Amino acid sequence: MMRLHRLAAWALSAACCSAALAQGTAYVSSEKDDALTVIDLGTLAVKGTIATCKRGRHLQLTPDRKLLLACTDSNAADLIDPASGKSLRRIPMGDEPEAFDISPDGKTIYVSNEDEAETSFIDMASGKKLKSVKVGAEPEGVKISADGKTLYVTSEVAGLVHVIDTASAKLVKNIKVGKRPRRMAFAADGKELWVTNELDASVSVVSTAEQRVLATLKFEVKGARAEDITPVGIQISRDGKRAFVALGRANHVAFVDVAARKVTNLVLVGKRAWNVTLDKAEARLYVVNGLSDDITVVDVAGAKAIKSIPVGRVPYGLVVIE
Amino acid sequence: MRLRLLAFGACLAAGAAQAAALNATLISPQGDTRLERSRVERAYLGHAGGPAAEAVQVALEEGRFELDAAGSSVTLGTVEAGTLEAARAAALNAEKAGAAVLLTDLPAAWTLAIADAVKLPVLNVGAAEDSLRQQDCRPRLFHLLPSERMRADALAQTLVSRKWSKLLLLTGPSAADQQRAATAQASMKRYGLQVVASKAFKLSADPRERELANPLLLTAGAQYDAVWVVDSDGEFARSLPYRTVLPRPVVGDAGLVALAWHAQFERYGAPQVSRRFAKAAKRPMTAQDWAAWVGGKLLVALATALPKGPASAWAQALPKTTVDGSKGTTLSLRAWDGQLRQPLLLTDGQGVISQAPVDGVLHPSNVLDTLGVDAPEKLCKSAR
Repeated sequence: MMRLHRLAAWALSAACCSAALAQGTAYVSSEKDDALTVIDLGTLAVKGTIATCKRGRHLQLTPDRKLLLACTDSNAADLIDPASGKSLRRIPMGDEPEAFDISPDGKTIYVSNEDEAETSFIDMASGKKLKSVKVGAEPEGVKISADGKTLYVTSEVAGLVHVIDTASAKLVKNIKVGKRPRRMAFAADGKELWVTNELDASVSVVSTAEQRVLATLKFEVKGARAEDITPVGIQISRDGKRAFVALGRANHVAFVDVAARKVTNLVLVGKRAWNVTLDKAEARLYVVNGLSDDITVVDVAGAKAIKSIPVGRVPYGLVVIE
Repeated sequence: MRLRLLAFGACLAAGAAQAAALNATLISPQGDTRLERSRVERAYLGHAGGPAAEAVQVALEEGRFELDAAGSSVTLGTVEAGTLEAARAAALNAEKAGAAVLLTDLPAAWTLAIADAVKLPVLNVGAAEDSLRQQDCRPRLFHLLPSERMRADALAQTLVSRKWSKLLLLTGPSAADQQRAATAQASMKRYGLQVVASKAFKLSADPRERELANPLLLTAGAQYDAVWVVDSDGEFARSLPYRTVLPRPVVGDAGLVALAWHAQFERYGAPQVSRRFAKAAKRPMTAQDWAAWVGGKLLVALATALPKGPASAWAQALPKTTVDGSKGTTLSLRAWDGQLRQPLLLTDGQGVISQAPVDGVLHPSNVLDTLGVDAPEKLCKSAR
């Protein structure tokens, strides 16, 4: 159920008159509230919440612009219509779903099932489990290649990126990365896969063609010790030039020059910066802070935090709809 | 003596031909008094909950994928020994049979006898005595369970952060209690806490001993912020909270307790670990189980880093091997006494209240080294 404040006319006009002002809505999942927090990106104010399945974690947009939220304690995902703020249906996701990805055609959900140490292929329309692949313990990040043929899954315990052929649902390669690999993003037109290693303060740059680690990018934050730099969330700009990495307990976000594999800026945000999301214009970066129950709005050009907004308890992921 | 063998990893997989299996042997006490049914059922905080082998096996099982990917394997043998001599003989047998690493869940004296008898690395998962990290330290002896001093430091830091600085210290009658009370006082001194009164207690219903046994009498006559109870047995401490004259918290061996692990820990992937353990062992994961589980993790880390071994290479790599213990940070072994650095959890038995090191405690190189004896104290003289 969405509790929308009726927007007064002045608020709309205020939003329209500043060209630089962002528009749209952000949805933030919370592990403890079983609700999404809805934020107006024009005013940067919370305008309501949407009740969801239990322990909502990874949140993504489907190709037809619906919200898909994986709920670990409900063993299901909520498919939510952002326009009405209502759940359209629940899709069974297997035991303890955490992170997932959606096939480019929108037909299949690939989800990591933490407890079973499996990656499941779920049919979006019927909610039926099509296939599953055994992977290392505590699978986490899930990423599908642009052509939909190759699936990458991280195992936190094994320190591996599993390469899975989606057609045969077979594991074709295990790539050893750093300690506790978490999330992934494609760079260089899909030729590189960047993998965050939470307990190594690093990103492993993996060649998708050669299926091996090309380089490791270590993070350093002045005043923080290596063990407090725990990278998790990562997003790469559309032009592939910049990466944005949440550094966890170092309470910073790193801006990275992808080609040079060098950190260009560090921005102080909230506690345990967990996931990052760019808006469409890539002018703002929204950072979800897992231990301060808020998000930080970062101005990308100025590399500066401009506002923090309280959200639900233990926030996890954020999606922007513009 | 009973012996069992279990193999994990790629021993059957193709490509494992050149890989050597890392053989490890876990030596546990025969007729373990810690695991008598009546004691385990009490589930006193800080006490063992079951055989260490169960936790090692969970770690090896979850490492299977990693081992397979590296083309390596780990074999775990388990032996029970009823005396110090039997434990030493079991260790020598294991060494002769090709074990590369020993794990021990034994009393301190037995652990030491083994460390002196063999040339293998020994991972101590069951003895918390500080003597093994100090005067009785050995170059190839490593400790995965936090020492008593680490637990006392964690509690002392927590009290400092609460500004509960005046303490009533209650100590039980056993030799272990005396030793642990001295350790607690060293921690209190380190963190500037004040003992306003120190009393001995005794479990008794004898009216002539009521000064020693009655919680109301024991906790009267002083002004304090908290009662720190040292009770290795556990029965007295359990009944102390809510029975003090003053409405003050109890800490130490009841009330708020510093532990390596608690099954209700919610962060850093800990629930998954506790759940995997509970599924396999049919009981909640205790601090001792965590230490044994980390032992298994270390074996997996060694075998995957050096799939071909040989044993000498594993022994050489061990001191520098790090492990993810699902406590939010990479854990390493201290160079000066072989103790595994680790955050500790402060628990009331129902949940995890906080963690140590507490926020704001500083250290020149690694804040985890504020728990336990630090390098400059030079209490372990044995060169590593």
